[in-house]
Amino acid sequence: MYRTMLVARAFDERTSILFTQGKIPFTVTGHGHEGAQVAAAKCLVSGRDWVLPYYRDVGVVLTLGMTVRELMLAEFGKAADPNSGGRQMPKHWGARRLKIMTQSSPVATQLPHACGLAWAMRARKEPGVVWVSFGDGVASKGDFHEALNFAGIHKLPVVFFCENNYYAISVPFAKQSPVERVADRAAAYGMPGVSVDGNDVFEVYEATRRAVDRALAGEGPTLVEARTYRFGPHTSNDDDRRYRSREEVARWKEKDPIPRFAAYLKDVGLLDDQEDERLRAEIEREVREAAAWAESQPDPDPASVARYVYAEGGVGRGH
Amino acid sequence: MAIKNILESVRQTLFEAMSRDERVMILGEDVGRHGGVFNATQGLYEAFGEDRVVDTPLAESSIVGIAIGAAVGGMLPIAEIQFADFIHPAVDQIINEAAKIRYRSNNDFGCPIVIRAPYGGGVHGGLYHSQCVEALFFGTPGLKIVAPATPADVKGLLTAAIEDPDPVIFLEHKASYRAIKGEYPEGDYYVPIGPADVKRVGGDVTVVSYGMTMHYALQASEELSKEEGIEVEVIDLRTLLPLDRRTIVESVKKTGKLLIVHEDNLTGGIGAEVAATVANEAFMYLDAPIRRLAALDVPSTPYHPVLEQAMLPNKAQVKEAILDLARY
Repeated sequence: MYRTMLVARAFDERTSILFTQGKIPFTVTGHGHEGAQVAAAKCLVSGRDWVLPYYRDVGVVLTLGMTVRELMLAEFGKAADPNSGGRQMPKHWGARRLKIMTQSSPVATQLPHACGLAWAMRARKEPGVVWVSFGDGVASKGDFHEALNFAGIHKLPVVFFCENNYYAISVPFAKQSPVERVADRAAAYGMPGVSVDGNDVFEVYEATRRAVDRALAGEGPTLVEARTYRFGPHTSNDDDRRYRSREEVARWKEKDPIPRFAAYLKDVGLLDDQEDERLRAEIEREVREAAAWAESQPDPDPASVARYVYAEGGVGRGH
Repeated sequence: MAIKNILESVRQTLFEAMSRDERVMILGEDVGRHGGVFNATQGLYEAFGEDRVVDTPLAESSIVGIAIGAAVGGMLPIAEIQFADFIHPAVDQIINEAAKIRYRSNNDFGCPIVIRAPYGGGVHGGLYHSQCVEALFFGTPGLKIVAPATPADVKGLLTAAIEDPDPVIFLEHKASYRAIKGEYPEGDYYVPIGPADVKRVGGDVTVVSYGMTMHYALQASEELSKEEGIEVEVIDLRTLLPLDRRTIVESVKKTGKLLIVHEDNLTGGIGAEVAATVANEAFMYLDAPIRRLAALDVPSTPYHPVLEQAMLPNKAQVKEAILDLARY
């Protein structure tokens, strides 16, 4: 878990550098969210559960089995990018083999999909849950309400996981929500709402574990809110100094989930400084190597631009 | 062969599809116990149960969004939008999600959903129970749009839509539900999505249409044949997207004259694309300017019958336009 958090952090830092170097035209990062992401994803079974992560969830897709090389292919938009073959912006996940549903950029649209997937799993008697994540901005959208409402009515096996970082780009949470916690909204949909410290991996794991168990037991959906913070701007095109103070960012960095988890691991004797350093160096090498490798991979073929608008061959009967 | 109206054809086709394949499910407002506000799903709830005929909350975006998720999860969902006029909250799900899932995932995912929507005026539905929405979606590659006009085409194309691996918007003209009757093919009957149908063969003028106005064109053509000896070729598009350009162009090459009729607004309607296609591909064959007849460019269909009739195209106008072209 700790290693995956470090990989997610190193990956985001590397892509920010690649952007600054002009090697990639855009990136979006999730640093600060790694604890919430990895702890929540640890409760899922890759290949059993349907997962609908959003564009900051590097820690989630790594935990589910996407490799650093694959992630880098997406950053460069290369032909072999498993998410979209270079068609989508980076971190717009999707991989059928891992049951990661393809995602778009408009936020909240994935929440009704989670309900539909849960409906299908139940109808087809497939075991598992559906886990869908989103930022705090999503709680303002109609699809959020419609999906939680439907999931509540039908007691669908869905875990709604909000990574509340207190900003929808620049709009602070106080101007998005009249209630203090996203989790408070669960009451209106007849499901438990749990708000946890998103930088505490144990709190997140426990809350998600309970939500997954509840869903597996047929008891219905849960709304889990992990309160966290993004250390960087919204995307590489954003300047967060325009809407939040450096002091605020520094205060949150004191709660950084990575040193916090490291301190625990060292405390209980599972990690020492030497091992930590070795791990970080190894990951840094891995991420750099993956970036260099991905950069050298073939670009998408321009002749492929019109493919897959519709299914090819065998259209119609018996797909 | 049994004679059914459009509505009976929709209902029977749904029944047969659900009987054949247990992945087929229906979701929408009032589709269950009520059987639908037009009775299009009557009896299906009793036959297949509440897990396959799902009464949803009044929330169109999630009706389509849930259908998308269920489709990815292995079902073949049919989402009903009660009136096409109410499809707008679901446009994000249709255009940004359903239409783009295959393309954006580089073919890793598909989205086999059908969105049924009763559309069209002439039923005293006012501004919000009369709209044509086809032009709204016509510029969205990744979607298919089907608008059949006969009970047989309803069966064949609805069956094809349900079996199609991509999202299909299936438009049913409300005024045709009970007014249009015809043969209902028994057993396995399938009409591929894409090809238009030449509903009447003629050599003097080509009329391209779909939905209710296609019937006006057929009626006007029969009258003109008897009264004036003018033989009209009537092309029923049936599928609007993708558009069957070849059938249109071939017909115009034969007749040299083209009238396009639809009930959607004139500006930016399907007719504009048909006209552009013919101008590009059959210009040298044209013996008269391309003519379009459509609803007036007002925001929607007004309620009072006098206003409604003043806004929508009618059979007399179709007949007159054909005659004008024939004499050009």
